Amino acid sequence: MAQDRNKARQSQVIDDNLKRVYQDMLEEKVPDRFLDLLSQLKGQQDKETHGDAK
Amino acid sequence: MSVDPRDEIVQHLPALRAFALSLTRNGALADDMVQDSLVKAWTKIDSYEPGTNMRAWLFTILRNTYYSNRRKAGREVADVDGVYTASLSEKPAHDGRLQMSDFHIAFAKLNDEQREALILVGASGFSYEEAAEMCGVAVGTIKSRTNRARSRLAELMHLDMDEALEMTDGATLAVISGNRTASVG
Repeated sequence: MAQDRNKARQSQVIDDNLKRVYQDMLEEKVPDRFLDLLSQLKGQQDKETHGDAK
Repeated sequence: MSVDPRDEIVQHLPALRAFALSLTRNGALADDMVQDSLVKAWTKIDSYEPGTNMRAWLFTILRNTYYSNRRKAGREVADVDGVYTASLSEKPAHDGRLQMSDFHIAFAKLNDEQREALILVGASGFSYEEAAEMCGVAVGTIKSRTNRARSRLAELMHLDMDEALEMTDGATLAVISGNRTASVG
């Protein structure tokens, strides 16, 4: 029983810290290279779509 | 004009980078993997079922990229005490938070599968079932990986864990210390 509670408490501490680390990573600004890549991919696709239509 | 599910991808970029970083523990490698995954996701959008969890779908692409690169490399590219860990700015706290530097180092010592399971379930909020599907393993496997990962972290963080426990509220502390000193019988 005591061990279970200790273990649960440990898991809680670990998950809390894990979430904190993860949250820090989530809040990092996304580098422009990814937004550029996405708009580039979108641009290519638009060109292809238009190409098909004609 | 029809809705292109690909327009949703951008919303998942921060999570995708965080997941990549957790797996690789190396910023440059993580971003290369995100880049590869974005191109794959874009070109294989047909394999995405609209209405399902896009983040899970993207994470699956990313982890498949990671493990297939690892297989090609023929070994685990371990970056224990590596670039990412070293570049973090540390803010020691005394409010029950673990020392982040220690936590990162301990986290890096888990194997990839354990780290992945823990990030998916413990940090990203996926269910065991979702994580199992993403990793292509049984639910029980994910459960045992997360349990083992937590135990291993607890073991590696032992000293800080005691510190963290000391910082908990009085009632909890009483329970813990009471249990520690209570004799059986």
